[in-house]
Parts: sequence; structure tokens; C-alpha cells
Amino acid sequence: MTTDLTDSILYLDAVSVSFDGFKALNDLSFVVGRGELRAIIGPNGAGKTTMMDVVTGKTRPDKGAVVFDGSVDLTTQDESAIASLGIGRKFQKPTVFDYQTVEDNLLLAVEGPRTAFSSLFGWRSKVTAYQIYEALSIIRLGDLKYRLAGSLSHGQKQWLEIGMLLAQNPKLLLVDEPVAGMTDAETEETARLLTSIAGEHAVVVVEHDMSFVRALDCKVTCLHEGTVLAEGTIDSVSANDRVIDVYLGR
Amino acid sequence: MIKFLFHRFDKTAAYFIAALAVLGVLIPILNLALPEASTFHIPTYLVSLWGKYLAYALLALALDLVWGYCGILSLGHGAFFALGGYAMGMYLMRQIGSRGVYADPILPDFMVFLNWKELPITWYFFDHFVYAIAMVILVPSLLALIFGWFAFRSRVTGVYLSIITQSLTYALLLAFFRNDMGFGGNNGLTDFKDILGFSIQAPTTRAILFSITALMLALGFIVARAMVASRFGQVLASIRDAESRTRFLGYRVENYKLMVFVVSAAMAGIAGALYVPQVGIINPSEFAPANSIEAVIWVAVGGRGTLIGAAIGAVLVNFAKTWLTGTFPDFWLYGLGALFIGVTLFLPKGIIGTLTARFNSGGKGDTA
Repeated sequence: MTTDLTDSILYLDAVSVSFDGFKALNDLSFVVGRGELRAIIGPNGAGKTTMMDVVTGKTRPDKGAVVFDGSVDLTTQDESAIASLGIGRKFQKPTVFDYQTVEDNLLLAVEGPRTAFSSLFGWRSKVTAYQIYEALSIIRLGDLKYRLAGSLSHGQKQWLEIGMLLAQNPKLLLVDEPVAGMTDAETEETARLLTSIAGEHAVVVVEHDMSFVRALDCKVTCLHEGTVLAEGTIDSVSANDRVIDVYLGR
Repeated sequence: MIKFLFHRFDKTAAYFIAALAVLGVLIPILNLALPEASTFHIPTYLVSLWGKYLAYALLALALDLVWGYCGILSLGHGAFFALGGYAMGMYLMRQIGSRGVYADPILPDFMVFLNWKELPITWYFFDHFVYAIAMVILVPSLLALIFGWFAFRSRVTGVYLSIITQSLTYALLLAFFRNDMGFGGNNGLTDFKDILGFSIQAPTTRAILFSITALMLALGFIVARAMVASRFGQVLASIRDAESRTRFLGYRVENYKLMVFVVSAAMAGIAGALYVPQVGIINPSEFAPANSIEAVIWVAVGGRGTLIGAAIGAVLVNFAKTWLTGTFPDFWLYGLGALFIGVTLFLPKGIIGTLTARFNSGGKGDTA
């Protein structure tokens, strides 16, 4: 496992979390390589979101190791420290700052100092317009940059949140159900976007939409009852009998 | 630095500051320079009454900074106001010296009455104005720092935070009622004689106190405005609207909250210190939870998250209170309740918030 560890951007080993006796994660182990694109599937309650909570510091695991970038122990850090290490997260429900413009949402996300004192004294007036421009053009919201984020459609909010993630320039992006509420065309665009940013960033996508997962064309991990049920190509995973039983259906 | 303070200042802010400047100069002139017979003469009691309103306006401003911009609904801001007031009151007590009823050169009357032989440590140095002013700012800030450090680190938010701020002010109310706390028990501190050597009853002193209050309100407004217009303010709004998103972007939410809470507490303390010499008394009832809740109503009436609205709300509601308690003494509480319900139902953004929204939608047409 040691070579796995040093080559990995995210390394989970025997992670368990229980809530009031319910085991949300049960000896969960899997490894994501640097720059890898990975899809996580699984039925409701399989532990997908809990896994993201553990990685981003929202939930502390009862036991097990969570290691980032080959050496950083994530179990002792909180959300903002983990975000500063270079892990970005998109929530299942799109979460943007409704009362600020699209541009300001991105500005707040752009990597750089985050302390309260620096923010009082002109911090980030030097953020290059280019960084914002770049993010805006990737998520195609350039024409709407002065709109309040709260006035965007559901799909546009999803994209804005992905844009904020990109502006953070993280090493690892955790993306929870990015295409929920999107039209087919938007779903295709999102798949294209995520495959294009993988490589430079590692991307872990949780999604139920199987045609979307197929479009991502990457390694798939299927979770069930807090542990890995199957892992491999989309074809091998979807042909797996147990995956069909618990998740895909016959 | 100057640019930092004044950039992004819009016209409304400039008008507000100009209005305060005019008030701060005009009212003392109408009070002092005109003969009492003149129709335009303003009696001294009115000068102090308006000074009290402006002190309340500064408290409302402080509350709006944390509530309107960072979503921290403090139901205990009266505690910081009262602590600032007590610090000023202690200075004023020590200025009385041997002119008290018991003529003790050091001990205030209530201590002599309680048979105390020496000054408690808490009262040391309060005969120095500069020290007292430092305490006006430091004591509320320090309390806010300690309280906020625990509350924000433990991620106490929403209604739970409101409840513990309320408990904080209630605990202080009970503590200050006790004689052995050494702050005058339920009588509080009163019978002030002079401030910096000037008689506190003299019309000139009153007029100057009024002007200083107007000035401090303007300064408080400029500081609050600069804070909310900066990136710091943007992060505050982000915390208010999506706290966990802000945290997952790498911001230390607790530090931002702590900073704005401490600044706000200091402003509330200054407001209390300006209030006490103008009303002539400070007692534990200032810690009453109802006072803090009233301050929340001022902000809601004027418009949460507008700063100017908070100040205007404080003045309007207190003006109405003075009028109603004078004309229909039994009716005031019903009036206050009706006002709050009315604003919640018909003006959810408050007076200034509603006006701004109407103005903007008429002008640009890019509303959400």
C-alpha cells in the first residue's frame, strides 16, 4: 500500500463513521490518484456524502486514516484548514452567495489570503481580472457577471459553484451530484467540463445519473452500506451482479 | 488609508454624514445663541433628549453591523451599552469627590452608606478621564472577545446564540443588582456633578455632549460603512447567507465573526458612555433583556443591513416612545408591539430597505 499512498492525492484506509449506532462508513478504503477523475455511485445511504464530509473535515471518522497528497493527515484538521490545503467541495444542493454578484462570488473563491485582517485592508483588490475572466468563460456566465447569484437558474447556480471551485485552484475537487436539475444539454456540457479539468486537478464526482457517469468515461467506485462494493470501468461495475442487485436493478 | 475609508461611499452615506454635521452644529446654536423667548430656541432638556436618541442610534448601528451584515442576532447588545455606561458613570462618580452627601473625598456616597472603608480595586484610576474612556472601549470589547471566542468556536448560531446573548445580559443584570458587586446596586450611579471640570447641568456642557454624540455617530457610521464595503464585509455577507460554503472556501468564519462582534461591542460601549452623562443616571435596568430586544426592533423598523436605517429607526422609535409615554402612558408597549408586527408584515425590509428597493427598481430594472 505504501506506493499507493505516495502516488495518491486521496487515500482512505479502513475509515469508519457511525451515527447513533448506524454505521455510515464501514471500513471504507479507496485511493484516488493525482489528476484522476473518479465517479462514485451507490444507492441512497451508501455513505457517499458522509465520505465527502470526512474528507473535508465536516465529520471526524471514528477510526481509519484519511491522507491527502501522500502525507497530510486530514482527520485532525477542520474545514477551512482543509480547504486551504487545496480541497474544494461542491454541495449536493447548489450553494452560492445569493446576495452577491456572480463576479463577486468568484472573487471570494479565488485562491489567496483568507484572514480577517487582510480582508479589511484592501486584500484582493489585486486579484487579476484574468482569473475571474477565465473562470467566467469556463462556466459561460460572462454575460451574467453583474447579476445577483440568487437570480440564476438552478443549473447556472450549479455551474457557478463549479466555477468557484475552479477559482480556488484546488488539487482535489469533490463534486456532489453536479447534474441534478440540469437539462440533458447542460448535463453533457458538465461531463465535458469535468473531463477537461481532470488531469490538472483530481476530481471525485458523486452522481446517480448513469448516462452522465458513462459520459465521464473514468474509473467507477460503487459504495454500499459504507464500504466499496465494486470498483473498475463502468462496464465491469455495471455488469457486477451485486451492484445490479443493490443499486442498478435488473 | 483615506482612500480606504472613503471609496465606495455613495451619495446616501454622504447625505447622512452631512445631516449629522448640520444637526451637531445647528441644535447647539439654536439652544445657546437664541434667547429663550425666540420661537426657534431649543430648550436644553430637548438637546439632551435628542442626544439620548443619537446615543441609541449608535447602539442600533452597532447591532446592525453584526445582525444585518453577519446574521448574528444579538439579543444582549444592551449589555455592552450598559458596561460602557457604567465605565463613564464611575468616572462621573469619582468627580463628585467631597461634594457628596457624606462628603467623603474618595468614596462615592453608596460605599459610605454600605460602611465600606476603602475603594474597591475595580474603581481604581476611574478619576482619570483617559483611563475611564479606555475602559469604556476595553471592557465591552473584552467581554465580547471572551464570549465570542467560545460561542463562535463552538459554532453556536441562530436562535441558540440569540438565547445565550440574552442570558449574558440577564446574568449581568442580576450581578449589577447586588450591592456587594460595588457598582451601586439597584440604585446604580447618579447625582453626577461635572465632567472634565465642566458642570454637567450647564447648557453649554449639554450642547457640547450633544455635538460629540452626533460626531461619534458619524464616526461610527464611517467605520461601519468602511468595514461592510470592504472585502471583509463581503465575507461577512457570505457568512450570513451561506456559512458552510464560506468555510469550505477556506475562510475562518469564527475569526470574522469575532472581529465584527468585538468592534460592534466597542461601538455599543461608546454609545452607553455618551448616554449616561446626558440622562444623568446608569442603573442595572439598562441590562434588562427587554432593552436589547427594543434595540433589535429599532434596527428592524429602520431596515436591517442598511446602517443608516438602523440609526433612523432608533431615533424614530424613541421619538414615538417619548411622545406615546407622555400622551398615552399605558399605551406604549402596545404601540411598540403593533409597530413591530406592522413592520414585519408590511415593511419586511424596514423603512430604508423598502425605500432603497423601490428606488433601485425604478432606476435600473436589473432586480433579482
